[in-house]
Amino acid sequence: MRLEGLVRKEFLQILRDPSSIAIAFLLPVVLLLIFGYGVSLDAKHVPVALVVAQPSADTASFTGAFYHSRYFAPLSLPDMARATEALMQGRVQAIIRLRANFARRLRGPHGAPIQLIVNGVDANSARLIQGYVEGVWIGWLGQRARARGVALRIPVRLDPRVWFNSELRSRNYLVPGLIAVIMTLIGALLTALVMAREWERGTMEALMVTPVAMREVLLGKLIPYLILGMGGMALSVAMAVWLFHVPLRGSLAVLFLCAALFLLAALGMGLLISIIAKNQFVAGQTAIIATFLPAFVLSGFVFDIGSMPQAVQGITYLVAARYFVFILQTVFLAGDLWHIIVPNALALIAIAAIFLGLARHHARKRLE
Amino acid sequence: MTGTPAPASGPIAGSDIVLTFRDVDKTFRTGGRTVQALRGVNLEVRSGQVTGLVGPDGAGKTTLMRTTAGLLVPDAGAVTVLGLDATHDSLAVQSALGYMPQRFGLYEDLTVQENLDLYARLQGVPKGERAARYEELTRMTGLEPFTTRLAGHLSGGMKQKLGLACTLIRPPRLLLLDEPTVGVDPLSRRELWSIVYRLVREQGMSVLLSTAYLDEAERCDEVILIHEGEVLGRGPPQRFTTPLAGRTYAVSVPESLKKRTVHERLADAPDVVDAVIQGEHIRLVMAAHITPDLQRLLPGVRGVSIEPIAPRFEDSFIATLRDGADAEGAGAVAAPAPADAPPDAGAEHDTVIEVRGLQRRFGDFYAVRNLTFEVRRGEVFGLLGANGAGKSTTFRMLCGLLPPSGGELRVAGADLRTAAADVRARIGYMSQKFSLYGNLSVRENLEFFAGAYGLGGRRRRERIAWALSGFDLAPVREAVSGELPLGFKQRLSLACALMHEPRILFLDEPTSGIDPVARRGFWRRINVLAERGVTVLVTTHSMEEAEYCDRLMLIAAGEILALGTPREIKARARTPGHTHPSMEDAFIALIEEHERERGAAA
Amino acid sequence: MWQRIIALVKKEFLTLLKDKQSRLVLIGPPIIQLLVFGYAASFNLNHVPFAVYNEDPGPAARELVADFRGSPNFREVARITRAGQIAPTLDDRRALLVVHIGPRFSRDLQAGRPADLQVLLDGRNSNTALIALNYVRSIVIRFNEHWAAGHGLAAPPAHLAVRAWFNPNLESRWFIVPGIVGLLTLVVTMMVTVMSVAREREQGTFDQLLVTPLRPVEILLGKALPGLLIGLAEATFIIALAVLWFRVPLLGSLATLYTGVSVFLLSAIGVGLMISSLSATQQQGMVGAFLFLVPAIILSGFATPIANMPEIVQKLTLLNPMRYLMIVLRGVFLEETPFSLLFAQLWPMALIGVVSLALAGWLFRHRMY
Repeated sequence: MRLEGLVRKEFLQILRDPSSIAIAFLLPVVLLLIFGYGVSLDAKHVPVALVVAQPSADTASFTGAFYHSRYFAPLSLPDMARATEALMQGRVQAIIRLRANFARRLRGPHGAPIQLIVNGVDANSARLIQGYVEGVWIGWLGQRARARGVALRIPVRLDPRVWFNSELRSRNYLVPGLIAVIMTLIGALLTALVMAREWERGTMEALMVTPVAMREVLLGKLIPYLILGMGGMALSVAMAVWLFHVPLRGSLAVLFLCAALFLLAALGMGLLISIIAKNQFVAGQTAIIATFLPAFVLSGFVFDIGSMPQAVQGITYLVAARYFVFILQTVFLAGDLWHIIVPNALALIAIAAIFLGLARHHARKRLE
Repeated sequence: MTGTPAPASGPIAGSDIVLTFRDVDKTFRTGGRTVQALRGVNLEVRSGQVTGLVGPDGAGKTTLMRTTAGLLVPDAGAVTVLGLDATHDSLAVQSALGYMPQRFGLYEDLTVQENLDLYARLQGVPKGERAARYEELTRMTGLEPFTTRLAGHLSGGMKQKLGLACTLIRPPRLLLLDEPTVGVDPLSRRELWSIVYRLVREQGMSVLLSTAYLDEAERCDEVILIHEGEVLGRGPPQRFTTPLAGRTYAVSVPESLKKRTVHERLADAPDVVDAVIQGEHIRLVMAAHITPDLQRLLPGVRGVSIEPIAPRFEDSFIATLRDGADAEGAGAVAAPAPADAPPDAGAEHDTVIEVRGLQRRFGDFYAVRNLTFEVRRGEVFGLLGANGAGKSTTFRMLCGLLPPSGGELRVAGADLRTAAADVRARIGYMSQKFSLYGNLSVRENLEFFAGAYGLGGRRRRERIAWALSGFDLAPVREAVSGELPLGFKQRLSLACALMHEPRILFLDEPTSGIDPVARRGFWRRINVLAERGVTVLVTTHSMEEAEYCDRLMLIAAGEILALGTPREIKARARTPGHTHPSMEDAFIALIEEHERERGAAA
Repeated sequence: MWQRIIALVKKEFLTLLKDKQSRLVLIGPPIIQLLVFGYAASFNLNHVPFAVYNEDPGPAARELVADFRGSPNFREVARITRAGQIAPTLDDRRALLVVHIGPRFSRDLQAGRPADLQVLLDGRNSNTALIALNYVRSIVIRFNEHWAAGHGLAAPPAHLAVRAWFNPNLESRWFIVPGIVGLLTLVVTMMVTVMSVAREREQGTFDQLLVTPLRPVEILLGKALPGLLIGLAEATFIIALAVLWFRVPLLGSLATLYTGVSVFLLSAIGVGLMISSLSATQQQGMVGAFLFLVPAIILSGFATPIANMPEIVQKLTLLNPMRYLMIVLRGVFLEETPFSLLFAQLWPMALIGVVSLALAGWLFRHRMY
């Protein structure tokens, strides 16, 4: 009955205070929209400069391949000086240069060089551009060979098969990862702020002198925000599937069960922070620094954990989001792979138990 | 009271003592400083009566309350509540007592009914009994018409009554009320007391109530006087006042003389322990075994008379502090250093503040409605009203901190909102709660304000030295201002406001939470300033302090109830049955009259 | 006038730096974030875990596998002997890719038929998959060139000669670390400014300021200068770490760099003060800062190129001062971009700064409760 009273109170407060509803529902929508549309590693229409010293039929067939590719937005420039300037100004990302002797050397024994200069500042984009150019080049070689009726002699032909995300859409893995980041925010920020609010407004003092046990106070916070968080989760999943067309190959039940486990960990962390901080400002700052940034950088959501230095990799094992990101990407893109889900879920349970246990341990019915 | 469940039974039902403290110590550590909140406290609280825990702000009242409720663990000593150890059986203690914390512990975003529901569930009141209990409590507290209103939208008085109802939802054997009357208008204060008396008389409840208002001590069956963490005395209120018999006098001041001037002289007179303005008199507490002689006290003043009066609790409090310490040390206030304010250039009756038809709307709620008044040069003008009456809104509009929705206002001939910076250089401002930069030291605060007012070089050094010495701040000059006791903060805040020798001084609730000794010092400073021609506009909810003003404006619900000298206002409440109404009587009478008129109009 | 401003600036610094906790918040998190981001935030793949499923006993297959093993980018984690082992290896992420050489590989190669090399990739993280695929492609191209030369086959009529300017080894860190200079400078400046007015409003001292003879312009300057100085100090510290610790080349002129950072700080301070003067409490200020920071970072081109965003979002980024700073930072650090080329990035930041500062100053006196 006491717990029921606390839960009911929390829900009434949530309904009255638009800010928690905003954090639970508006935040996921806004963040998913910004990230979903704003964050993409798929380069399309890359601006490239084409510098052809001596146009001929051969060069035209090569440059034509760029005009037909959906990856490039080519820009013909008469000389290298202009192209270099465009590269410096950031108007183009790469220069493709065909020298004056291109047509002649094309028929020579060693073949003609195609010079590709990429702006290497953004190394990742540079590498992707290089891959796209290689694709265009190989395509052009094949086409040329077919046109002349000879077989292209390629010793080894690469036949890549991409599993789980065959079109290699970055959105397909960014959006599930984002859900983990958003759940972290909702879980930790929401609880950190609401607990601190009870302290600051003096209502915690009044609660404590009632016969209510600390366990009930904590559960009274946990249950409503778990439900609210699951609501945010449902909204995020709906957006992922219907708005961003991320395939959902696993089952919803597994997805939500794991989300509940992860939320428990995030809420536990939020509770712990607020119990220790007892001040809205410090609680909020800590919640952002301790939860949001690790979830963003160390969860494997954007950056590959395997490529991080050993020490940093070690830290990632402490980040609950790491396990949840893995589960999410698997359930969305691969399906219910139990041998992946179970160990990661167990890790989530362990982290949740640690945080909730610590919160319970530090929460005393005392004012000191 | 039918249908009232019996108070929860504890293991020592029927015992006479409900609370015992034995040699209790409690120390806090804040920012490197240790504060001893309780030192060797010994006390007992008897069942079935109202025990008042009386002491100035920072005396340790709240720490004592929280320790009783098992929220704080004492460093040493034992606390027994209803036969249980408050430290080890805190959950059992908490189940047996009711506790209303300082801010009433209400969820402001829940309605009255929802707050009651929550506490009923938390206290384990069975479903079947709730309806009857709610009805009884809302009737008792007068909250019946407001059950669907959000607690945050209630007035201070109603919040306090709701807080009380929530603690009473399952009748406790011991009720702890921590400063329940702070920030509440006199009418609500009276109502609260009558509820408390009824609980004690009709249900045999034991009540421990803390208060900083010394006049409330007299309403208690027994008083525990606490100061700086130590119990100074215990017993029925009479026990405190009897020793002062024959030492208290009232000096009546003829209308031809300024009360303030007479008070100023009396306060400095020899053998006077305490002098305060009370109604049309100056109340004196003389040193022990001294018979006052008007010739000696007020040489050359005619038309004054003196007569003995009965001592009250506050007299004994001040006397206890001053008799103990040497007369200079404990709160004796030297008049501020000369050269404080340049001689006034204008004539006595120039209008300095002029307000016509001032209005302020928040949505469709009128916080201030049609105010018209003037303040003249050198006047101490009081804005008197309960919390939420519109005092602060008016005050903020005058200072140019809030744009009015309608009407005109002029301060020193200009609207401060749009006035040039040099007009603002003529005013001093001290906000509610003494807003200072809490993490800066006293000296750093002074230096900042000197700089902000554009003082430089020698003048800046002079003014800072003046502030440090004139306001007794030199000993704490390097202390972090946020950690100072409230009395120091108030002095520092006033010093900052006076840094540039303003001609007009705005003071918002300058004495709330301040102990009586500090309050006396504050008013003496204000008197001196007013004598030098500084115009002072002050807001207060203290009826007693209203007497220090030359003229007053009483406001309620944003409207003027009365405007005039304290004497004139009190005259309006005079009835054949009540020939000498106090300011509080007058206030309550005027509010009731106003509400009747509004009721009749509706 | 200057006396009053100096008093304000001094007070701001005292409030910020006096308290140990605030000092810690100003210094601690940026260092930790710089280190964590600097090391963790990289798109370079080291030691891509791969598995080999070689069904061909021929020497050509062995040679190709040796090429993979010899590459510093790859690390063999498993050898697969049955087709059924492929799926679990990829599912569990033990390997990012499986190199499958079919039984006819050597025979096809010898016979001059194109020999298929199947590469199975875990595409869950498409970016990682694409990068790994690029590494694979380079190995195959090199193998082909070798094979062609060794077996007297004609070279293809045209070949690619790739050069990366400004960052020849395509070091992801060179890209990320200058970005972090902007990121952390923004975060710290926002934290300092967004709290400054809101804190005073909450504690009631702002009213006190407004009734002193201080003009809004003076309050504005008094609040902006500490942010500028702290931001510059923070930026200097991070730039030094970037160059000395992370060894990112700083080719352009420091004067250009600092001009860019200062103009950016002006805009960040303006936005921070504007949010701060709109907020009544510190919590509101914090939420406001957060609501600005997250999109400002995401849509700045810090981690993902603006060019990849939809057209509307790209237009939206024009309002984001971070966007311009990113170009300035990377330009000056890696491309030695001269001042004249960066002017196009400077004036929008200056405009954002002036407009937001003006709004903040106006709000001082017009947002009152």
